[in-house]
This record gives sequence, structure tokens and C-alpha cells, in this order.
Amino acid sequence: MKLNLKIWRQSGPNDKGAMKDYPVKDVSEDMSFLEMLDVLNDDIVRKGEDPIAFDHDCREGICGSCSLFINGEAHGPGKGITTCQLHMRRFKDGDTIHVEPWRAQAFPVIKDLATNRSAFDRIQAAGGFVSINTSGNLVDGNAVPIPKDDADKAFDAATCIGCGACVATCPNGSAMLFTAAKVSQLSLLPQGKPESKRRALAMVEQMDKEGFGNCSNTGACEIECPKNISLEHIARLNREYLAATVTKE
Amino acid sequence: MSVKLDSKIPPGPIDKKWTDHKGHIRIVAPANKRRIDIIVVGTGLAGGAAAASLAEMGYNVKAFCFQDSARRAHSIAAQGGINAAKNYQNDGDSTYRLFYDTVKGGDYRAREANVYRLAEVSANIIDQCVAQGVPFARDYGGLLDNRSFGGVQVSRTFYARGQTGQQLLLGAYSALMRQVGKGAVQMYDRHEMLDVVVVDGKARGIIARNLITGEIERHGAHAVLLCTGGYGNVFFLSTNAMGSNVTAAWKAHKRGAYFGNPCYTQIHPTCIPVSGTHQSKLTLMSESLRNDGRIWVPKNIDDAKAIRDGKKKGSDIAEGDRDYYLERRYPAFGNLVPRDVASRAAKERCDAGYGVNKTGEAVYLDFSAAIERYGKLEANVKKIENASKEKIIELGRAVVSEKYGNLFDMYENIVGENPYDHAMKIYPAVHYTMGGLWVDYNLQTTVPGLFCLGEANFSDHGANRLGASALMQGLADGYFVIPYTVGDYLADDIRTGPIDTKRPEFDAAEKEQKDRINHFLNNKGTKPVDDFHRRLGKVMWDKCGMARNAQGLQEAITEIRQIREEFYRDVRVPGKGSEFNQELEKAGRVADFLELGELMCVDALNRNESCGGHFREEYAETDGPQQGEAKRDDANYAYVAAWEWTGDAGKANLHKEALEFNEVKLTQRSYK
Repeated sequence: MKLNLKIWRQSGPNDKGAMKDYPVKDVSEDMSFLEMLDVLNDDIVRKGEDPIAFDHDCREGICGSCSLFINGEAHGPGKGITTCQLHMRRFKDGDTIHVEPWRAQAFPVIKDLATNRSAFDRIQAAGGFVSINTSGNLVDGNAVPIPKDDADKAFDAATCIGCGACVATCPNGSAMLFTAAKVSQLSLLPQGKPESKRRALAMVEQMDKEGFGNCSNTGACEIECPKNISLEHIARLNREYLAATVTKE
Repeated sequence: MSVKLDSKIPPGPIDKKWTDHKGHIRIVAPANKRRIDIIVVGTGLAGGAAAASLAEMGYNVKAFCFQDSARRAHSIAAQGGINAAKNYQNDGDSTYRLFYDTVKGGDYRAREANVYRLAEVSANIIDQCVAQGVPFARDYGGLLDNRSFGGVQVSRTFYARGQTGQQLLLGAYSALMRQVGKGAVQMYDRHEMLDVVVVDGKARGIIARNLITGEIERHGAHAVLLCTGGYGNVFFLSTNAMGSNVTAAWKAHKRGAYFGNPCYTQIHPTCIPVSGTHQSKLTLMSESLRNDGRIWVPKNIDDAKAIRDGKKKGSDIAEGDRDYYLERRYPAFGNLVPRDVASRAAKERCDAGYGVNKTGEAVYLDFSAAIERYGKLEANVKKIENASKEKIIELGRAVVSEKYGNLFDMYENIVGENPYDHAMKIYPAVHYTMGGLWVDYNLQTTVPGLFCLGEANFSDHGANRLGASALMQGLADGYFVIPYTVGDYLADDIRTGPIDTKRPEFDAAEKEQKDRINHFLNNKGTKPVDDFHRRLGKVMWDKCGMARNAQGLQEAITEIRQIREEFYRDVRVPGKGSEFNQELEKAGRVADFLELGELMCVDALNRNESCGGHFREEYAETDGPQQGEAKRDDANYAYVAAWEWTGDAGKANLHKEALEFNEVKLTQRSYK
């Protein structure tokens, strides 16, 4: 099929950037979206021009590197998939496709479609862990039974891949779904409970410091999340945060 | 300067070696740890676990990864699970049994003492991960659940749905981020290590490129840990991430670290087949599918041809006309033979003309029998009498979906065909590399102060790795081995003081890397990097892949040298060095693959036997019940091949570490 791509080009953080037209032909419907971009880049390099920069790595939907805003949707059309899992059979001959980077104050563009998402690492470093050192002398893994339901819910939250689709989608550029997923996972498990108040406060504080917006419950993040992480986790974070605030010493 | 191999295996009975060793090696006092800097390259399971643990102990750690976040290392993509000898299922598992299964699964080409230690610390890994908040699968009693994997007779695999690697890595990452938050680890993401710097015979730092600014940086340390994963991408197409590369290990090799068993490659039997020339990577379908899926091709070659031409579908082939070749050849293990055996059998059928997709390189993985079997069981459970065929299929599909739903969805996304209606098409693909930098019992390479952990080293899996053992090894090395063994080495460095990166050795290493980058940028050739990478991959796959022979390997060596020569002459790398330049990153990685590929062929050519993932067509059983199976030569090849760089990949020096088997008796692996 033939497609008309409109792709965001920006040479660096200080460049203003603009959309540029790239007509492409002979696109196979078996290609992934990123393979289609590979073929385009191959062509660009042969012409001696600068190829389009974009983040990608595992290409199977789990590393969270890929991050394209396609036709106004984070990770493009389709539910529960990342950009690398999007295949060209979802488009038809003659389509015009707009490709942009994540747009959020806290995710500055590095080049073209690649952005800097280190703010997520800093939120994690503020409290997204259980304070336990490596030790060969811990209690047995089965010493504390965990109700299956809690373990399953914790797992659902823990599947977050840290891609940032939630932030890119949110009209406020909020990182609540990302932060909530980690807070919720650890507060559901007995191992994470002792620190749950401190964790909620520290992670939210860091999130605010990074310039992410506030959550106004639009629910857009849940719809675009490639791992279908539920808004329930935001509700749990709000409860944890409220409890921590009122009992803060 | 040639180094004599000393594996430093501690004396004493195998089950006491590690405890005694830990008790007797030197340690660094807490106050002195603050004076010592350690560089950890790579933040997967091995690197993430090591960096976090060493920082907790008090060392100053600098951690590097090329990804934009430490959380994205490719360990994240591991699906199935992690083995541990907990014996929670009361099925007779033990440290010894895990050790034995691993040595046997590796076709008797691993070092016994290392494997025993791995089995010994496996239980601690589970406890550590649970304490970090890793949400493993649990049963209704709230206890940890297990499942079975190929090549073993117990249930010892712990898992978190089909995302075990992700959950374990996020556990290690959270421990790492805790140390980053404390300032005990300095994290350098989007940084790629380009070289290791050796001063007075010891590893004293690295040269790295900041991938955003392009700046070439010097980092000094008292020890350098390479935790940089495997080199499967030498084949261009593999299940590895696009960025996975051999550069760190290869540069270390060129600075004196011997490369162990480079030809041992694991080809995973169940991957989604190649669909066209645009293909950038391959996707694994978990080994767990072989519990319920049956693998087959048509019995009649005309049927296979009709399927390839689109005139027939798999479902048109009558039951009696299907060849369930694994069940036929290996009645005892059936569809659950180890990976190397299953892969070779698929290749054998496709080479004979029985492949079932356009390219002729695919076999069926069929769940229709499982759907029917589960459907009937469900009908019984739900007390539905005389259930119709449709009802049974509906019930059966629900069960299969519960067990494997995410994998089926992944398949449908990529292939565009519903695997509940049509049997999956699968084909083997490169997945893991057992070879890697040679290390001694302390995980130290032949360069003092340079250590290597996880998939990047050669140590624990011999010639074939068992399922769910990669995660175990990465975390064992990072959490429970290196924190002890690195101290023994660093005990000499408590008065050394900070490493001076203005030394001439750093100047020289930096200049070498800058020159190389400038060469690529100024080359102004005609072909993109991928063009050469694809060609290399095809040579490797055709001639150093699932089956190898002397003639093919010799041809491959000649062809790789030609591609390499042409690469340096004709590659085109656009842009500048002082910017985010992904083509430049690829060029450096492919340059190293072009040398490694040759060494892999040299190693495969040297090893005149078949073992595990290394199958030489000349060395197969010619008659008897094992006809066609791999034929090992223990008298001549029960050794680790450790190659020393001499300035040319084709002229590497071979050093041999003889493998001694005192605990496990060498026998032919039989899955008949």
C-alpha cells in the first residue's frame, strides 16, 4: 500500500521542530509500524539525509521504549498494544498518518520522536521500592502467605512498562497512573506495607517537582495504557496519600 | 601476553566449596569500601542486582546502560519463569537435582562447581525477590505457585504470568533506584561503553559515549563488571532487543579477556516465523506452550506443497495424514524435548520439503487436541451431559485462553490470524548465547579487575541452557556471587585512591574510539549499516546456525571477511558524532559483530563434535536407536574453548580448560 506520512522532525531540544511529509509506497500489511519506519529510514540514509530518530528496543511490547503518538493516539490505533506491536494491516492504502513524539512538559524532546523520560526514574528513586538489602538470610518466600487476589491485583499494577503513554495522553500531562501503579503494587503486598505512607508522599512530591500536571480524572490514561492499568490504582494512591497526609508527624 | 587459565575452583566436596570459599576469601572493611569505585555496565538482572547490592554494601558504584532507563534492559522480555530448588511441591527436588539437570541439559560442557553454586543459591533468589515485592503467581492458599519446564521431571519454575523477566527486573531496578536516590549509585543511562581501559595489567575504567550529546567520557574505577547480555544479534534476526550487542564484551576481549565457547548458541524452537525481507526481529512464543500444543507437518509432501501454495489449509489435512514428528521420534519426551532437539527436528522436516508457510520454514503448533480435551473435562466439571462438539470447543477455548491468552493475543497481533481457529505456525529462532567471556569461579575474566556476569559470561549452561535458568543465573551472579568474590580482589585496592583518568592509557583508549567514530562519519559510502548486518546475519544463520559443517564454516569465514572489508569501505553513516545519532550507534555494534561472527565460525570449526546447541552434521550417530542424534566426543572435546585475541579474529589463540566431572557421570543424552 501507499501512505502519506507526516512526521515530526526536530533536530534537538532547542529547535522549534515541524511536521514533514514522507510519501511511502510498497508497504506490506505484515510489517510492524516500526519496520515501516525502518524501511523509510533505510531510504533516507541511502539518499544521504538524516534518518528519523525514535526510541525502540525489544519490539515485543514489554521494554516500554517505543513511544509514538500516531494520528492523535498514544501508540496509535488499537487497545492494549505498544507502538512496536502495531501492524500496518490496521491502515489502508492511501491513508495519511501523523506521527509525533510524546508531548509533555516533563518529557522534553531529544531529537525528532525521541523524548527524555528520566523523570520517571526519579519518581521511582523517590520511593518506588521496598527498603530491603540483598541478603542470603531472609525469611522463606512462603513464610508470609499472600491472598491470591492481592497478589493478582499487585501484579496487574506491576505490569506497567513505564512508557509514558499515560502522560502523553493526559490533557494535564499528569503522571498519576504511572505513580499509582507502583504505589498500589507495593501497598497491596505485606512486604511493601510498612513504608506505604512514606512512599506515597515521596513519590507524589517528586512527581509534582518534575512538572507533571494534576490528575482531573479524565480517564484518558486508562484507555491508552498499553497494559490496561486500571484507574482503580489512582483511587488507591489517593487513599494512601490522604491517609499519609492526615497522619503525618 | 598470554595468560594461563586457572579456574580457581576451591578444593573440597562440591556441596562445601562455596561456603568454605566465602568463609576464607578476603573482604573489605566497611570504612574502606567508601574508598573504592566499581563500574557496572548493563542494568539487566545481573547488572541491576550487582549494582544495587554493591552500593548497599558501601562501595561507590557507577552504573551504565545504553537504554533510556535502567528498567528497559532486555531481561525484561523473559517470559516463562525462574528455576529454584525449593521443593515446595514435595516432588523430590533438591540442590543436587537442579545441579544434575543443568549439567545434563548443558550436554556436559559446563563447569560442575559453578553449576552447583548456582543451584545452591537459587532458593535465596526467590526469598530476595519476594521481599522486594515481586508479585509471583500464588495459589489459593496464598503460597507460591510452580510450573514445569522442558528437560526436567520436577516442578520448580516460579513465575509471574508470562512476564517473569519483567517482574524480576523491576525488582532489581527498584533496589537499584533506591541506591540512586541515596546517591550511592551514579546512574548513566543512554551511555554506551566503547572500551575498557587497562592500566598495569588491571581493568581501571571504561570509555563511554553519552548517546545524547555524543561526548566521549572517561570513567575510572578499581573494578569493572560487564553485565551486558548475549550476542544473539550477530544473526541480525533473533529474539533479542534491537539494541542488544556484543560491544562491551568484544572490546574487553580485544583488551585481553578470553572469549569462551563462542559457537554455543541457543536456537529456540517456538518463535513466530519470518514474514518478509522487512523483518527486524523475531518474537518468541513461550516454551510453556509445548505443554499443550502438538507440533506437526503433513505426512505427504504434496499436502505441504498445497499448503504453501495456499490451496489447502492445515485444518484440511486429516488426522492420519499428519506427522507429529517429535512424538514419533521421541516417544518418551514427545513435544517437551529440550530446545536444541526440538529446533533441529523442525529444521530437518522443513529442509526435507514439509514446511507449511510461503517460505517453507514453518511447522504447526496445534492446540485443537488440547481444546477438545479441556472442553470435555470442563463439560464433566460443569455436569453438561452429551455436550455438542461446538459446546466442547467453546469450553475448551476458554481454558486455553486462561492459560495462554496473552501469548495467543501476541501471536494474532503479529501474524493477523486467530490461533484458536488455525494452528499456530512456528519456526526456530536465535534466542540466547551460552558462550561469552571466560571467567573463573570468582567471575573474573583473564584481565584482573574485569568481571563478567549473567548471559555475557560463558559459565553455567554448557552447550545448551534449560528453560527458566537464564533468570536464575543473572540474579545469582548479581545478588549472591559477585558481592563476595569482588571483595577478595578489591582487598588489595584499599590504599590505591581514586583512579586517575588523565593517564596515557585513557588518552590512548579514548583516541582509538574517536578515530573509529570519525572513520564511520567520514566514510561517505553508499550502504546503510543494516545492509551489512543483514548479510552477516544470513551467513551466520545459514552456515553457523542450527546445523554446521566444516565446508560451510570455512565458506562463512571467507564471506564474513569480505563483508567486513566492504563494510569499512562502503558503509554510510549520516550525521555528526556530537549528537543523538542512532546510525552511528549501530555502526559500532555491527563492526564488532563482524569480528565476533568470524570467531564463532572458527570455534565451531574447531569443535569436531556435536553437543547441545552446537550440531556438526559430520558428527551425528549413523545407526542404532540414536540415529541422527548429536554425537559428543568426550575424549577430545570435554573442554572449554577460551580464545585469545591476537589482532585478527581468524587467528585467535586457543586455550583449553579441561572439564572434570566428578559428580555427574558422562552419558549420552537420550530423550527417546
